Amino acid sequence: MQVINSSKTYDVAIVGSGAGGGMATKILSEAGFDVAVLEAGPFFDPAQDEYRTQLRWPWESPRRGASSDRRSFGDFDAAYGGWNLEGEPYTEAPGTRFAWFRSRMLGGRTNHWGRISLRFGPLDFKRKSIDGLGDNWPIGYDDVKPYYDKVDKLIGVFGSRENIKNEPDGFFLPPPKPRLHEMYYIKGARKAGIPVIPSRLSILTQRINNQRGSCFYCGQCNRGCSAYADFSSGTCLIFPAQKNGGKVELFTNAMVREVTTNAEGKATGVNYINKLDRKEHHLKAKIVVLAASACSTARILLNSKSSIHSDGLGNSSGMVGRYLHDSTGASRAAFVPELMNRKRYNEDGVGGMHVYTPWWLNDKKLDFPRGYHIEVWGGMGMPSYGFGFNPNDLNKITGGSIGGYGDGLRDDVKKYYGAVIGISGRGESVPQKDNYCEIDHDVVDEWGIPVLKFNYKWTEHEVKQAKHMQDTFEEVLEASGGILMGDKPGKDRDYGLTAPGEIIHEVGTTRMGKNKQTSVTNEYNQLHDAENVFVMDAGPFVSQADKNPTWTILALAWRASDYLVEQVKKRNI
Amino acid sequence: MKRRDSLKTLLVGSVAGGLMVSGCAPRTEKDTNVPEVPQLPGYGRNEAEKAHDAKVLAESFLNEHELETIAVLCDIILPSNAEFGSATDAEVPEFIAFIVKDMPRQQLPIRGGIAWLDNHSNKLHNLAFKACSEEQQKAICDSIAWPGKTAPELIPGERFFTRMRNLTLTGYFTSEMGIKDLGYEGNRPGVWDGVPDEVLKEHGLSYEKEWLAKCIDQSKRTEIAQWDEEGNLLT
Repeated sequence: MQVINSSKTYDVAIVGSGAGGGMATKILSEAGFDVAVLEAGPFFDPAQDEYRTQLRWPWESPRRGASSDRRSFGDFDAAYGGWNLEGEPYTEAPGTRFAWFRSRMLGGRTNHWGRISLRFGPLDFKRKSIDGLGDNWPIGYDDVKPYYDKVDKLIGVFGSRENIKNEPDGFFLPPPKPRLHEMYYIKGARKAGIPVIPSRLSILTQRINNQRGSCFYCGQCNRGCSAYADFSSGTCLIFPAQKNGGKVELFTNAMVREVTTNAEGKATGVNYINKLDRKEHHLKAKIVVLAASACSTARILLNSKSSIHSDGLGNSSGMVGRYLHDSTGASRAAFVPELMNRKRYNEDGVGGMHVYTPWWLNDKKLDFPRGYHIEVWGGMGMPSYGFGFNPNDLNKITGGSIGGYGDGLRDDVKKYYGAVIGISGRGESVPQKDNYCEIDHDVVDEWGIPVLKFNYKWTEHEVKQAKHMQDTFEEVLEASGGILMGDKPGKDRDYGLTAPGEIIHEVGTTRMGKNKQTSVTNEYNQLHDAENVFVMDAGPFVSQADKNPTWTILALAWRASDYLVEQVKKRNI
Repeated sequence: MKRRDSLKTLLVGSVAGGLMVSGCAPRTEKDTNVPEVPQLPGYGRNEAEKAHDAKVLAESFLNEHELETIAVLCDIILPSNAEFGSATDAEVPEFIAFIVKDMPRQQLPIRGGIAWLDNHSNKLHNLAFKACSEEQQKAICDSIAWPGKTAPELIPGERFFTRMRNLTLTGYFTSEMGIKDLGYEGNRPGVWDGVPDEVLKEHGLSYEKEWLAKCIDQSKRTEIAQWDEEGNLLT
């Protein structure tokens, strides 16, 4: 089939419309560049009724919101796809495991995430200096701080000024008051001697401009907000960029196969497949920004082979795909008898926790490196598929029979509604060169593109961290008045440690560094091997702190975009 | 509409899991000649999802006997009370008919479970379960409804009954009637300004003063935020 050439040459082709791609779109179009944005999925706008899942009732879905292969987090979650994408498989090396969450749609995975928006702190950029493991970033907190500040003001994040050493404060909107189950958690945390502070989420408790509304407390940020009161890349970056009169051309359902390069090894644009008619196109561009997500970007680079870039574009070091790492995770729940037979009122709140525990043991000698934060969940939420299963299992604790039938089941469900508190740890793993993704030459996706094969194993560091989490969870939950549910996962189950990829914080596949032999991009997200190619997703992360990566992706993409503009002005690109 | 008629409309994809149950008005001749095209009102589906839903709606899996048995079981599991209707009043059988088509993993356990139940009631009473008297039906349920107390040879029945109880309750509490029964008050625009005072009091809790000082003053939520250079909010 013939490749169809774009009639014009764009200043910049941006691959991916998530956090990094959205930020690049906004900054580069406002700098006057002629920008093409290529997104592998369809258009999405939560304000338009045809896309809207917010404020829908469970019975509006015939499967009552159940999850499916088409939407892993249920019918009403905004993120299309998830753990499975039909026609786009990936493989895992024998004996290893990686769960890869992908969302093909405008805004990518910013439509799904929990809006937890934490800055990396000074220690998070220099962990090797502390524990001798992994590598330091080539940049530090002071390099990124001005961009965190700008992201806070542009997008909005609530939180509180706490002056905690490695949890930098920002330009915060005021947080919402804690809910009842969070009051119990606060009580428990105080008793257990661990800190608890208002959470930091990119949700507008107060307006920040006239284009976006303030939160109306439906608790459904994961469904996408019709008032644009939470952050997603489409609603907060790409639509505003389009409205600002910049030259932004959006190509949806455009699956990028490779970056094309010329005889000097410089990028000339991208080849993509239009998913609607399966035709292959070449889009010409002077600069290419890859922001397809850490693993998708690695895949594109590795599939972009030429005589100059024989191992894939940007891969002269052999580091593309290596140092892949995700956050650790573990959870536990408890039944709180004092929360039985609750008085009913609307406690939806914001979509996510109102309080959390930042890592508190930076100064303590432990048997594992690095740390984790604790997230809290619970409350009288809206039922969906699965609600009412095992309706009286908690009778095991309170006394009474399990099972049965009849009107009494109603009372059981109502009695226990909102009486469970759960907590989850999200921690930092130590990046390993031998945890990586590579091209699986045996398998192509339905577009004919060779797929990724994952090789990933946790080390003892992560397992020990999960053990510490479980011990802490028990202490805090019991101090909250909870009776622990289920068995404590032991060594045989790696202490409940989630599989790599499951926390959806995967980073590191195109890590930044000063040494071209051991890194893929420089400290401005620019490929060592091709100066007109940038990576603006989480690929350039040297290490993923216990903080959710989105705020750092945004800050670094802004910083890299400013650098890109400056380099073009200086005629260096 | 009688239950039997209403169950008929569940067959051969003529109805979308409770969302398009036809009213009780008698059908005109024209209606019976034009087959209904199964469809759902929008709920934010993308193209692939619309295609999937259309395909599932057009399929049939459970037969009339199976659906009737499910309806009997649903109402044993969740009968009506003075305030609220039964599981079938909340259209739970319609929900189960859809879910069994939509989740193929449910098909064998549900079909096999109903067959087990009939086989068991045939042995006891020489009648299919649905044809047994209410007393006989409940006696059978008593023998399979209490995990941990089930005779070993009846374990397959217990597994099936547990599955049916789960589907019945989840179907009910995700219906409009069930949500009202539960008392869930959210899923509407509002302003969260903390736990009601009387609830805090009841739980012996109170907000810490320093914590409250950090929280949003809801009268200012529509004011556009501005900060000083240190990040202190000015508005």
